[in-house]
Amino acid sequence: MENTKKALSSIPLLKTKAGPRDVDLWPQRLKEEYQSLIQYVQNNKAADNDWFRLESNKEGTKWFGKCWVFQNQLKYEFDIEFDIPVTFPATAPEIALPELDGKTAKMYRGGKICLSDHFKPLWARNVPKFGISHALALGLGPWLAVEIPELIQKGVVKYKEKEDN
Amino acid sequence: MSLEDVENIKKRIENFKKTLMELTEAPGAQVTAEHKIREMSAEVVDSNPYSRLMALQRMGIVKNYEDIRKYTVVVVGVGGVGSVTAEMLTRCGIGKLVLFDYDKVELANMNRLFYQPSQAGLSKVTAASMTLSKINPDVKIETYNTNITLTTHFEEFLTVLKTGGINGDRVDLVLSCVDNYEARMTINTACNELGLNWFESGVSENAVCGHIQYIVPGESACFACAPPLVVASDIDEKTLKKDGVCAASLPTTMGVVAGLLVQNALKKLLGFGTVSWYLGYNALTDFFPSMMIKPNPNCSDNFCLKQQSEFKNMVKEEPEFTNVDLIEDIVTHESNEWGITLAEDQPTASNNTSELVESIKTVNVNQNNSIKSDEEYLSLNDGLEFAYPSADQTAPNEENLVKETELNVDDLREQLSLL
Repeated sequence: MENTKKALSSIPLLKTKAGPRDVDLWPQRLKEEYQSLIQYVQNNKAADNDWFRLESNKEGTKWFGKCWVFQNQLKYEFDIEFDIPVTFPATAPEIALPELDGKTAKMYRGGKICLSDHFKPLWARNVPKFGISHALALGLGPWLAVEIPELIQKGVVKYKEKEDN
Repeated sequence: MSLEDVENIKKRIENFKKTLMELTEAPGAQVTAEHKIREMSAEVVDSNPYSRLMALQRMGIVKNYEDIRKYTVVVVGVGGVGSVTAEMLTRCGIGKLVLFDYDKVELANMNRLFYQPSQAGLSKVTAASMTLSKINPDVKIETYNTNITLTTHFEEFLTVLKTGGINGDRVDLVLSCVDNYEARMTINTACNELGLNWFESGVSENAVCGHIQYIVPGESACFACAPPLVVASDIDEKTLKKDGVCAASLPTTMGVVAGLLVQNALKKLLGFGTVSWYLGYNALTDFFPSMMIKPNPNCSDNFCLKQQSEFKNMVKEEPEFTNVDLIEDIVTHESNEWGITLAEDQPTASNNTSELVESIKTVNVNQNNSIKSDEEYLSLNDGLEFAYPSADQTAPNEENLVKETELNVDDLREQLSLL
């Protein structure tokens, strides 16, 4: 929890309140999203806690990438995908890990992760300052930390030998 | 194989499943699905599906029940609440139903009403339209197996709302029966832009509370004016166990909420009774809190602000839009033998209707301006609370913000990919 707080406070906040339908301001918001993500990944690397990669389509409306968790020196990797909703940033992106769909109850249809009661109030209070990096740090990060070890323990998630390739 | 091919194959599989379902069902099941009517009969015979509805007219509850055939209602989300809502409207003989959902029927849905285990695997809209068109073939049913929160489908959603009515005109009412904040905000955005009336509905994740909310853009609070308003269940969040589950659900709570939703939709469409602005339901105590929430003059949705100013102008121009009942109550005495005058706090020229209209207008127009602070705006009736806090308006320190950059979007995209 302390780590999350520290990581969170060093992610740059965003300025522009614009979603993908706002043709004039969206490019500016997208720039800020990239800047914030670049800084977050750099912070993670510096803290030896690099845990995801993300990229987007040209319009910045579809995002995809990978995230990984280490457990007993083994690396478990998962595909991430999400769309920027029409009402972004008033509503957060719904992050999905499609390959885990149906494997845990802590998921909505399509493998969207079920966020804690704390996430949405926190996001709501920080519109439009929070962006994709914050959704990852506050939403996906804690979800992986809680759910993946349990899924590994239950044998639902298995280590794949060639995962690094 | 391209994405398009995959989509096409998915569609074909869906169609095969649908055909298979139709072929394998009991032969008797399709017998009743044939009536296409010209007009609703009020004749009281066993064979008339509308006799008990037309009786509402005979009893003086509804002025013209058959008006229902002119109306198009959009139901977004055909899950536990939406499917029951759609069935009720279908049985009431609504003119046209438009269904939106992108989910599939699953066995995990069977604790709720409407869907059957044999429909598992079908898209919810397909399964719903099959059942509904058998219940009442007079209802036109249109389905969209899409997620409206995606930018790629939002324009289509707007077009349907604008042109999905029976004669290619705008739809009459939108009923939100979705289970998430994102979709509610999407409906809110669309309805604010189009000035379209809608009902929000919801059931709490612990299954023991629910609510409906009628939203008239500009006149009432929109969904973005304040954080979502929910019924206080008085259950301490800390004692609420959420290990291994996202949400609980009960067919009872969902049935109650669907009933309240359609009841108010019918009152609105057919013009009887009073439509509730916000009506909550706490199943633990059988408590039904209600209130009206005024629009927020500082709403973050620009279209809501535009609708608010249009509503104010309409009230100014059309005084009859204000509380007409009050005006009718004024008694004008022919003579005043005893020289009785009214005390100061009464409207001064109480026999001068136009001045009173003027004063009522002012009260209504100024309603919003009288809200001084957020706390005052956010004060709620007993038993209700906001699901989230409002957005924090304080500006963050400059050093915590992203810095100005000369780089363009493509440069930054590349920089991120090289990390």
